[in-house]
Amino acid sequence: MATLNQTISDAQGHASLVRRNKNQDILIAGLGMLILVIAISTLLAMFLDLFITGLPRLQDPDFYMSFPSRKAEQAGILSAWVGTILVMIVTAAISIPLGVAAGVYLEEYAGSNWMTDLIEINVTNLAGVPSIVYGLLALGLFIYAFGMSETVLVAGLVLSLLILPVIIVSTREAIRSIPEAYKEAAIGLGADQWQTTYAYILPAARPGIITGAIVGLSRAIGETAPIITIGALTYIAFLPNAPISGDFPFINFDWITSPFTVMPIQMFSWVSRPQAEFQINAAAAGVVLMVLTLMMNAIAIYIRYKVRHKD
Amino acid sequence: MNKALTAASVTLMSGILAAPFAMAAETVQVDGSSTVFPITEAVAEEFQKEMKGDIRVTVGVSGTGGGFKKFCNGETAATGASRPIKKEEAELCKQNGIEFIELPVSMDALTVVIHPDNDWATTMTVEELKKVWEPEAQGKITNWNQIRSSFPDKPLRLYGAGTDSGTYDYFTAAIVGKEHSSRGDFTASEDDNVLVQGVANDPSAMGFFGLAYYEENKDKLDAVAISWKGKEAVLPSVETAGNGSYQPLSRPIFMYASKNKMQSEPHSMKFMEYYLNEDKSADLVEEVGYVPMSSESYQAALRTLRELEVGTAFTGSEIGVNVVELLSRDKHY
Repeated sequence: MATLNQTISDAQGHASLVRRNKNQDILIAGLGMLILVIAISTLLAMFLDLFITGLPRLQDPDFYMSFPSRKAEQAGILSAWVGTILVMIVTAAISIPLGVAAGVYLEEYAGSNWMTDLIEINVTNLAGVPSIVYGLLALGLFIYAFGMSETVLVAGLVLSLLILPVIIVSTREAIRSIPEAYKEAAIGLGADQWQTTYAYILPAARPGIITGAIVGLSRAIGETAPIITIGALTYIAFLPNAPISGDFPFINFDWITSPFTVMPIQMFSWVSRPQAEFQINAAAAGVVLMVLTLMMNAIAIYIRYKVRHKD
Repeated sequence: MNKALTAASVTLMSGILAAPFAMAAETVQVDGSSTVFPITEAVAEEFQKEMKGDIRVTVGVSGTGGGFKKFCNGETAATGASRPIKKEEAELCKQNGIEFIELPVSMDALTVVIHPDNDWATTMTVEELKKVWEPEAQGKITNWNQIRSSFPDKPLRLYGAGTDSGTYDYFTAAIVGKEHSSRGDFTASEDDNVLVQGVANDPSAMGFFGLAYYEENKDKLDAVAISWKGKEAVLPSVETAGNGSYQPLSRPIFMYASKNKMQSEPHSMKFMEYYLNEDKSADLVEEVGYVPMSSESYQAALRTLRELEVGTAFTGSEIGVNVVELLSRDKHY
């Protein structure tokens, strides 16, 4: 009898414990939801505000195809968006291969000794260094020491430095999340380390790596400080030479050494103008910048989707 | 196939590596102060239109100090400055063999502004402003009635240009009497639109910034007429700043041109001549909210440029300078 009572009260105890934990779950879920709603609605409110303010210019096709001007209603973002896209191409071309290679090396090849530890600590800390510091580094190194001029290439290099830590860390996390059994199976079949990395680990880690790269590039696209530091222009009314031309050798890389400006700089320049019409331009430029970022994310999601469905 | 690819990529690579050291021809490179930027942008726009794409102009905004650094490094043909060149900067130019030509390009009037509801402080003397802004006022002068006993008992809230700006330097030199010296307890911002918002929303506020920001916000702000050395109070406007009667807060802003580049790059010389051509640029200056100089000033500046007269006319910070007189001085380099 006593044991029965004991069992019943135990069961009741458990039931109340379960109920309490369930309530806690609901509470946490509700709290999470609330925070999410606040975050998203802040973003939406900002975006909507920019959109409504900038609408008159956003509807105007000339806005996308004109150079900056002293007349707000004629000023456009052509040099800025072209510059931003070119800089992002260079940044991606440099930072993704380097970052992924470094991540793979640190995770798969590097021995565990003090050197590796030192590199690890440095990489993690570099991710938190303010971007202006990278700008100063690039100014001293690329421009003053190497004698390069203020070009798309230098901007791509400095933004690459800025986002390398992000890509390295996310590559390592992605690789670490792959079950050890994959690797063991590959090695068991006689694959050497490179074959294992290339044929098994990289494909399995691809979604994580792509996410990391996009997070990095999304940060880079909005950066102003390091690009201003290396001397990006504010007013430029011509485009870099087109990469494809009718004459031999048909492809050229002149654009990489061209002077440039980028969207955030153009926006900043307009925000600080006294005339209210320039504020409309600035808002419209803000919307375009956000859409560019969202497009980059969309491309990443598409690639990830493709990769998953191929397997 | 493989060989062709390798050859192609080697060509590409060498192109990439060699190219950063080359620069596109016929480009005028200008940098400098954000205060001068709107004028330079407008002039560059019209100049390029008139040259039909034969000459290109690029304009950066590294600030007055940052602009001089590049200029004295030989990177730019000209640089905008909201204050005269400093001794250290001139020294740096000298070390690198860059000879500079000092050219006033427009006038700016620093405007003291109040809320439209403020009907008591529509005129003030420089001494009264000094009482408010000097370092000793910090924490002490906090009520309008401390400035003049007839002013009402209302808290005084202050807004002003950021302490890194040429605007702040000139304001303190003109009002407090010592450059870069003021009380610290005011709302400072490098973005003048923030200051406009601050004063427009606060009936007991006082602030200062460039004339253009007042002209664009006349419906939200009132300007204070300023009396200097016992003279009649003068309201800031395009007219009073242009003819020099609004003192001590009107000042010239400058372009510094490199003699070396003016000689070696005919297209840069052409651009600067266009900049100082009254028929071309006076309207542009006014359009972007600044004050054009007098005709004599334009002519004197153009002569200084053409005769490649190097050096600065300043020996320290000066207030209430006359542009024509400034250009006729003996310059030192």
